Amino acid sequence: MSAFEVLRFAVRGIGANKLRSSLTMLGILIGVAAVILLVAVGNGSARQVADRIEALGTKTLTVQGVGGSGALTPALAEALQDPVLAPDVASVSPVSSTQATLTYQGTDHSVQQLVGSSPSYFAASNSPIGAGTAFTADDVAQGRPVIVIGRTVADELFPGVDAVGEEITVNGALFSVIGVLDEKSSASGFMDANDVAIAPLTAVQQALTGYGPLTSIVVEARTPEKVTDAQSQVALILSQRIQVSAGSTNQPYRIQNASQLLQTQTETADTFTTLLGAVASISLLVGGIGITNIMLVTVTERTREIGIRKALGAPRRVILTQFLAEATMLSLIGGGLGVAAAFVGSTFTIVGVRPVIVPSSIALALCVSVAIGLFFGSVPANRAAGLRPIDALRYE
Amino acid sequence: MTVLDVRTVTKVYGQGAATVHALRGVSLTVARGEYLAIMGSSGSGKSTLMNILGCLDIPTTGQYLLDGVDVSRLNDRQLALVRNRRIGFVFQSFNLIPRTTAVANVELPLAYAGIKAAERRRRARGALDMVGLAQRGDHEPNQLSGGQQQRVAVARALVTEPALVLADEPTGNLDSRSTEDILGIFDDLHAAGRTILLITHEEDVAARASRLIRLVDGQIVTDVRQRVLA
Repeated sequence: MSAFEVLRFAVRGIGANKLRSSLTMLGILIGVAAVILLVAVGNGSARQVADRIEALGTKTLTVQGVGGSGALTPALAEALQDPVLAPDVASVSPVSSTQATLTYQGTDHSVQQLVGSSPSYFAASNSPIGAGTAFTADDVAQGRPVIVIGRTVADELFPGVDAVGEEITVNGALFSVIGVLDEKSSASGFMDANDVAIAPLTAVQQALTGYGPLTSIVVEARTPEKVTDAQSQVALILSQRIQVSAGSTNQPYRIQNASQLLQTQTETADTFTTLLGAVASISLLVGGIGITNIMLVTVTERTREIGIRKALGAPRRVILTQFLAEATMLSLIGGGLGVAAAFVGSTFTIVGVRPVIVPSSIALALCVSVAIGLFFGSVPANRAAGLRPIDALRYE
Repeated sequence: MTVLDVRTVTKVYGQGAATVHALRGVSLTVARGEYLAIMGSSGSGKSTLMNILGCLDIPTTGQYLLDGVDVSRLNDRQLALVRNRRIGFVFQSFNLIPRTTAVANVELPLAYAGIKAAERRRRARGALDMVGLAQRGDHEPNQLSGGQQQRVAVARALVTEPALVLADEPTGNLDSRSTEDILGIFDDLHAAGRTILLITHEEDVAARASRLIRLVDGQIVTDVRQRVLA
């Protein structure tokens, strides 16, 4: 008897009880769809985190002053720009940041971050200009009171009005707006990345923060791959320049690396994905047990039929393959529909995450569902095939 | 030419106090072309004998040779082959496969014999034509009357052209007209030289056979050749 013939018998067997077959398939469908979709959600959230961190700039290092030590000075920032000692550093932006209240024609807005820096900060912090222009090195040298504001600030102070060219006061000092930043995706849920204003370092120091120590120094590496090299070069220069007082074990600064942050976040997301996948696998297993149950019921119910078939000369192998084929077909069709359901489901945004389907999860879920069909179907199929014809015929 | 050779076959069911001796040493030979009726009251062991003859059951002791082959020496695969090629079985309760058309039911033994679909369909239609059901081939068992179902079952038993047709009370569940139809088919088969074994407890059914065996308590009590009436 040909394989095609066996398949036809199996299809007829499945079709004989459509409701039961479709409920069984539903179990596998849900299992497979859950595995693919939940892994896709995990993957999507990992992708999202990576995108956000990349938006911060993966090429940048941030040297942060610790505990108000005052170790970071503009002179130190200039020292970092050393083509011999630090060949992998592309740019260095001294940053002095503070909170400030911006006022325009009686409207107040308290900006979370008023950054005083150099023109290279725009590139290093991945903040392109949307309208107007950035300030220049000359503006920094002259200490001109010009300012570039973020999207949120522009919306607050200049609703429906072009902000460029207007004059605003920053904590009482007059600044003219020369540019507005492009809208930026928020790096984290806590802070609005668009609630920012950037002005020349000298102007900010003169009007607001005074000529004290810098808040941080943003260092941009030449390529994302050179970040680690740049970090060690920066660390070397800093350790030479900053004398740690005897008895103190703490370094007065800390170097943060966006790619390290990325790695940590990716690992967290991977754990998350694995966890989701494990939960979904359980539902796939439950679907498999459903198949065993249905096949057992089917075999019991069709014992007489098996007896008839054996009396007509069906060999053991044919009975075995027929029931195995039925179980496998149930799981395969269920699995296929599950993949389709997962594809449909992945077009929707789930808990704020856009799922990204992992191709290997499809292959895995399908293989597992077929394996479940074969494995869980083999027990009842064996029972059916092993029956003595007379016992099967007498079964009521 | 001997088709069946049964040598002191016994069959015991159960153990201990619940032991039932269904057959107590039955010996029987059947030649090709014989039309044999086996009669006996309920519990006389006639169905047990039939199941052993049909290779559905195995005897406790004794030998059973089908076409000179000792059946007890065959493995599962070979037994399936014997059931498929040598024996056509007709049951009292028809035993058609539910939700499957008459043609597909008749085709089934041919499918297990590995015959191609087109050839199978042709032969199944031929067998259905022989039992007068050519028009009903696409009906499922629950759309057919009892007599028609049994005729489909007979067609299924005949379609592989077996050496031996075994019928276990084939008319037990049928009215007199359907009984006449079925027995008419057996008469034709007998005339065509087929070997037929038929179990019955109706005298008029048994009267049409060429040889009559009576079983009582698992033993043959009479074995007479009789003139065919019809």
